[in-house]
Amino acid sequence: MRKGLVWLGALVLSVALAQAEVRIGVTLSATGPAASLGIPEKNTLLLIEAGKLDRMPKGAKVRFFILDDGTDPTAAVKNTQKLIQENRVHLIIGGTTSPNSLAMIDAVAEAGVPFISLAAAKAIVSPVDEKRYWVFKTPQTDELMSQAVVQDMVARGIKTVAYLGFNTAYGEGWAREFEKAAKAAGLRVVASERYSPKDTSVTGQVLKILSRRPDAVLIGAAGTPAVLPQRTLVEKGYKGQIYQTHGVANPAFLKVGGRFVEGTLLPAGPILVAAQLPDAFPSKRVALTYIAAYEAEHGVGSYSTFGGHAYDAWLIAKGAIERALEKASPDDLAAFRKALRDAIEETRGVVGTHGVFNLSPTDHLGLKFEDAAVIVRVKDGKWVLERSFR
Amino acid sequence: MDPLIFGFLLSDGLISGALYALVALALVLVFAVTRVILIPMGEWVVFAPLTQAVLLEGRLPATVWLSALLLLVWAALDLRRGRTPLLLALAAALVVAAGYLGLAVPALAPLVAILVVLPLGPATFRLFFEPLPGATVLVYLILAVGLHFVYKGLGLAFFGPEQFGLPALLAGEVAVLGLPVPWQGIMLVLAAGLLMASLYLFFTRSLFGKALRAAAVNRIGARLSGISVREAGRVAFLLATGIGALAGVLVAPLSNASYEMGFLLGLKGFVAAIVAGLSSYPLAVAGGVLVGLLESFSSFFASAYKEAIVFALLLPVLAWRSVSSLELEEEE
Repeated sequence: MRKGLVWLGALVLSVALAQAEVRIGVTLSATGPAASLGIPEKNTLLLIEAGKLDRMPKGAKVRFFILDDGTDPTAAVKNTQKLIQENRVHLIIGGTTSPNSLAMIDAVAEAGVPFISLAAAKAIVSPVDEKRYWVFKTPQTDELMSQAVVQDMVARGIKTVAYLGFNTAYGEGWAREFEKAAKAAGLRVVASERYSPKDTSVTGQVLKILSRRPDAVLIGAAGTPAVLPQRTLVEKGYKGQIYQTHGVANPAFLKVGGRFVEGTLLPAGPILVAAQLPDAFPSKRVALTYIAAYEAEHGVGSYSTFGGHAYDAWLIAKGAIERALEKASPDDLAAFRKALRDAIEETRGVVGTHGVFNLSPTDHLGLKFEDAAVIVRVKDGKWVLERSFR
Repeated sequence: MDPLIFGFLLSDGLISGALYALVALALVLVFAVTRVILIPMGEWVVFAPLTQAVLLEGRLPATVWLSALLLLVWAALDLRRGRTPLLLALAAALVVAAGYLGLAVPALAPLVAILVVLPLGPATFRLFFEPLPGATVLVYLILAVGLHFVYKGLGLAFFGPEQFGLPALLAGEVAVLGLPVPWQGIMLVLAAGLLMASLYLFFTRSLFGKALRAAAVNRIGARLSGISVREAGRVAFLLATGIGALAGVLVAPLSNASYEMGFLLGLKGFVAAIVAGLSSYPLAVAGGVLVGLLESFSSFFASAYKEAIVFALLLPVLAWRSVSSLELEEEE
């Protein structure tokens, strides 16, 4: 009997050894101001770890090390260093906000660890230089989303447009990319105003915009602070079309906005309206599978687009891990990190929840806007698909 | 600029100005009596509407427990002072009861919210400032900055990062000289005027008000005349929290409320209070209105530089103040 047990133990051990361990370090903003983004990201990765969302890569056992950075760039960098040095991870996923992700670039580039960011800013992966050689990301950039907004405006015959956005990196990024795309498409930007997310009044900015009589107004803001300018526009009698950005795609915006945000148009990742997409839309099936698994664990209506970015990062990582295992062993830390980086860059045709990823040495995002952006309308307090660009 | 836009900016500036004036009044009051520059004031201003919003969502806000807890700690500190601890424990129970009342009767939520936030001021004074009697303004300032961070962190933990929308206490608009102005804004301006008038009467007519002023002018002299400087400090904090909470409840329906709005509100009120040299109540009100108007008009002409313009106002004011500083010493 005892001998049998020893044999059984040896058998289990040998199977475990055949399955190489790949370690993925994760640092997310699960608390602090960006918690509403970080929590669904964390939940998604926990679902993957528990095997409730997706299978593990062939020939490897994946271990996650998930840390919280409290929406603080300094903590994000500390976490990154801890994950690299103490947990000896092969890959890092995370950096919920753009400031956090940008701060982490130096740490991962220095150690030579591939990093898939979950934040929006284009500057995280562009231009692909010596440091960004190690950095990839899954969320759509403001440039890509601006393209979608401008195309929709042109299709509606809008000629003049005003911009009112945050005086933060988010608002400035949108101002730059949107105004560039608008000018290229022949739209006239008649006003470009800023406000602070903490402001209690935006009457001055709104009056200035009204005095220029634009056909449409784009509000470049994220989350619930995006409601105030729209509310002031409506209260002051603005009748044109109001656009928001994908930064408002969470239920709190609808709740606080109420009747003031009815009829708003916004660009969004297709997962926001996955069930309404035509069947031919490439990411529909993946998105619905993801939503079903997420809601089974956390309740109906609990999913958000942000968790989708984390799942997309995993899908890219899974394929890359399988390819990298053919080139190097996870025990050789430096070699495997490099092989994994190369394998991520070779990602082609991976269908995620937000689009189809085709990466290249010059494009570390790899999304095409036709697949990655749709225009959504707020109707009766719900997101309704307005149009896709396919 | 056509007259209509001018009118809109003017009314917007006056409404924000009333808010800053109230905050500035509270800051001047607290500074005059205790020499504390009350940085956490802004947090208390937003705690009130946030408490109200959570009550309206049918949950008991954590501020209820914070208030009750601080009152109980205060009671424990003053255990040997006759009936004081008993009264404080009673107040703590009242705060909790008020919280449940606000849950049961949503119409009372704004009132309950003010009541819940009210003890935070005096309790903070008792717990953190009273143990340091006669410290320098700088020590008090450092302590106040620390408390600001604590309250801001608590705000995030209690209410989350998102904003809350609040229903207007008095919905609709009224035409003033042909210009639609929201009733809520008029209420805020009226409340500011009313509070200023009653503060004036309080300080000039009532014995208690005169005692507060005496404590502000000369601590030792006041103590020799039998005025408790500690008591005066608590009352000053109580009044300041009350003014702030009322202002917060009145202004929140005009915009929205989130935990991080408080600091900027407090800071702009502080600019107004600096205009008044942290000593004159009428000047504090004027300063508040000035900041409000400046903010409103600069958000029209140069929105990206609005904050910079408002805070740059400090420079000429400080320069002028330092030139006329001799005069300042003689003011009350």
